[in-house]
Amino acid sequence: MESSISSVDGAMDQAQSVANVASGGGQENPLDAIAEGRTLPSNIHDSIRNEEAVLEIENFKLWYGDKQALYDVSMPVPEGKVTALIGPSGCGKSTLLRSVNRLNDLIDSVRIDGRMSLHGDSIYGPGVDVIELRKRMGMVFQKSNPFPMSIYENVIYSLRIDGENRKSVLDEACERSLKGAALWEEVKDRLDDLALGLSGGQQQRLCIARAIAAEPEVLLMDEPCSALDPIATGKIEELIDALRGEYTILIVTHNMQQASRASDYTAFMYLGRLIELGATTDIFTRPNQQATEDYITGRFG
Amino acid sequence: MSEQTNASPSNGGQGKGKGWGRRHKRARTSLHAAGEPMVWLTGGALAICTLMVAGLLSLVAWKGLITFWPSPVVQVETLDGQQFMGEITRWDDYRPEEGVIANLDPAIAGAAEAQLEARDGWVERRLFRTGNFRITQTHFQWVDAYAVDEETIPEWAMVMERLEWGRFYGFPEAFLELTVVDSVEEAREVLADLQGSASRELAVVDRRWQDGSEQELLLPVSELDSAQGLVGIAEVVREPEAIWGSFKEHHKSVRALWQKRRDLEEYDIGEINHNQERARLAIREAELAVQRAKDAGNDSRLASAEDSLKKAQANFEQVEAWTTEEFQRINREIDRINEDNGRFQLLMRTAGEGTIAPASTLQRLDSIVRAYPANQVGFGEKVGIYLSRWHEFLVDAPREANSEGGVFPAIFGTVTMTLIMSLAVVPFGVLAALYLREYAKPGPVTSAVRIAVNNLAGVPSIVFGVFGLGFFCYTVGASIDELFFAANLPNPTYGRGGILWASLTLALLTLPVVIVATEEAVAAVPNSMREGSYACGASKWQTIQRIVLPRALPGIITGMILAIARGAGEVAPLMLVGAVKLAPELPVDNLFPYLHPERSFMHLGFHIFDVGFQSQNSEAAKPMVYTTTLLLISIIAVLNLTTIWLRNRLRRKFSGGHI
Repeated sequence: MESSISSVDGAMDQAQSVANVASGGGQENPLDAIAEGRTLPSNIHDSIRNEEAVLEIENFKLWYGDKQALYDVSMPVPEGKVTALIGPSGCGKSTLLRSVNRLNDLIDSVRIDGRMSLHGDSIYGPGVDVIELRKRMGMVFQKSNPFPMSIYENVIYSLRIDGENRKSVLDEACERSLKGAALWEEVKDRLDDLALGLSGGQQQRLCIARAIAAEPEVLLMDEPCSALDPIATGKIEELIDALRGEYTILIVTHNMQQASRASDYTAFMYLGRLIELGATTDIFTRPNQQATEDYITGRFG
Repeated sequence: MSEQTNASPSNGGQGKGKGWGRRHKRARTSLHAAGEPMVWLTGGALAICTLMVAGLLSLVAWKGLITFWPSPVVQVETLDGQQFMGEITRWDDYRPEEGVIANLDPAIAGAAEAQLEARDGWVERRLFRTGNFRITQTHFQWVDAYAVDEETIPEWAMVMERLEWGRFYGFPEAFLELTVVDSVEEAREVLADLQGSASRELAVVDRRWQDGSEQELLLPVSELDSAQGLVGIAEVVREPEAIWGSFKEHHKSVRALWQKRRDLEEYDIGEINHNQERARLAIREAELAVQRAKDAGNDSRLASAEDSLKKAQANFEQVEAWTTEEFQRINREIDRINEDNGRFQLLMRTAGEGTIAPASTLQRLDSIVRAYPANQVGFGEKVGIYLSRWHEFLVDAPREANSEGGVFPAIFGTVTMTLIMSLAVVPFGVLAALYLREYAKPGPVTSAVRIAVNNLAGVPSIVFGVFGLGFFCYTVGASIDELFFAANLPNPTYGRGGILWASLTLALLTLPVVIVATEEAVAAVPNSMREGSYACGASKWQTIQRIVLPRALPGIITGMILAIARGAGEVAPLMLVGAVKLAPELPVDNLFPYLHPERSFMHLGFHIFDVGFQSQNSEAAKPMVYTTTLLLISIIAVLNLTTIWLRNRLRRKFSGGHI
């Protein structure tokens, strides 16, 4: 992935951006500068530097074919905290999230440059076993995607594919995960029923249970509430709150209130760039960047 | 807006001055916009399709279902004194060629002209199934309506379905319990015996020429010396009612014995032949081994090969001795049964056919499959006859060049072939489709492969037959023969048409259907499910195996349904790769190794072709064509319904009843 060609590209990009900043001067609106294709340095608050980072993203760039979708994103994801990615549609939040567990590999035209590491282990390094890597992460998708099998089999899916067949282990994992996803009380009597018979909110919590069954180091959530009604959304948010501390969560959301309610840290992205990253309270009350403030107050996006 | 107010006058006043929209208010939606004509067009197209399908199916069903219903026997006497008796099979109006009427017998010509006049040049005729082929050399006879002088429904006219020579129509003259004799002296002895014990009338059965045909007659015991061709002495039952009663009393047991005889001939003798053949093949194999050892110049192997050859020869002699003994035993048994059964005979008298005078003829009871006084039986008995004919049709082997009897071997062959075909085509097609859809990179090569597969579906099926013959039979089969069945050469074992090769040929034929259906089904599995699986750390194969395949299974089974429907109805390629007119041996039987995938087989589709177009007795075969078609359609429907049931179960299992 980290081919020499893309490195050269990256270097040129950087050179160009430096030139742009130099010529553009400091007074200009940074969003306009970005819209013109220039790269500005991300504003990363010092508060986050004190946290222990589980996931480290460094100078990450990504192209879909010829179109660049991520520009030089660098950020840490602190351990045991909830980090929210916000930004207008198409800003690259989901792309970044899917790059973490290398789901973008499935798309042939994708090309990347930069580094990511999980607990110090490179994610994009040569010879990395993608399957083993993905087993260390859990992911919840925008639209709930239970598998066409029973609730029980859904939850323990990641254990099954690991070849785990001891009933006691599986039962224990199923109960623990469903309790963790606050679904146990609702489904404990019908674990052998089809997962597709559950309601939308239950399905999404089932997906969360599935994601935490293998005790992942990072839990990735891609707008987990966007297809749910307010009550189901509330339940999921409660759940995220309950998982805080136990799991490191990286969540993409379109919902500003959700980000402010549920997350510890918030990253604002715009057109493939990371604009600002800091403690949620700081970002929502006194952001360093004018653009961030404009966005969270609803002036654009 | 300004355009609106300046709109042309043709818009009328409705839209004018409103200014808030470009659209005008109209009294109603235009015909074009509402699409009313299209509704009629689409509905009409569907109606025509439905009508044609329903028409075809009901024609087949109706004709197929009435085939076995017993109809009354009608006897007519024509104006010129000819006699015809039989079941009326159809009616017809025709326009006689000029000159035909003029050449008619003067007795009829008048009536004919009168009808021609009355019916505007058309005359009516009826087709009688007169049977009695041995006497008339024909099974059917057209009788013109104008020629009929007298028409009766004779009370005791009997219909007899026989093992040979087709149907017989006639009157019962006597039921005989016959003792066959070779000489007058023996006859006297038998007579003396019987006169002491028998309570029934005794008669001498004599075969002689009379009225231009050979017939069997009953003579009084006193005329024993005048017999010309003495057959035997019989205890006689005379009255039709009593004859019918005696027939019913004995027919069942006689047929049971006959069935036993047939089983002896089929299974026991078959087994003996099989053993003999195996012993012979063992010798041949040993000989070949000796030859090979000689060619290789390997002395020690030669010695052992010669040794086993000697053993095989010894074994063969043993088997031969056993065979001869068994043959004799079974033949004695068969002779005994034949003799037992031969005692019971029916003496029947024909009504006379055309210009041939009525004649009496003996019918062995065991050669009569079914007999009934057609004009006597009530509704219940007719239903009984109808059902027994269906039963015979479904479970018996065909006779009389397939135009009578049953089609069991064809049913068995069709179902077996379809099942083997499904077993071959489904896994193969699913694997190919999976690679094509899941692994192969989209590009010109993949597209080319896909187009080629789709085009395969358009290749004429006979081409597949030719390919199957050339590849499976003559290439693969011949190689198998050389490797494993060398002893049987030059007689091919696998190197000719057989049920396995036919199934594989049809599997190739239906492969595109399965591949296309599977590809569609796999493509319809939502990507979110695949991603969910990958995100859980599943490999590609695990995802396919645990998520994609179960989810696509109903669609794959749809492909299987289509393949079965296509494969079971296919005939043309089968003619080249193993379907035959008559296959007495089923592909599964009681002889080691029990499964014989190399055997040729009967197929309902081919049977329809054979009966309908290759049969000598085409009038009699026609209803059988309908019945067989009905059966084939039913079998395909049953196979499909089973698969649909399976699919619905799977659908419920994997999609929670939502889809």
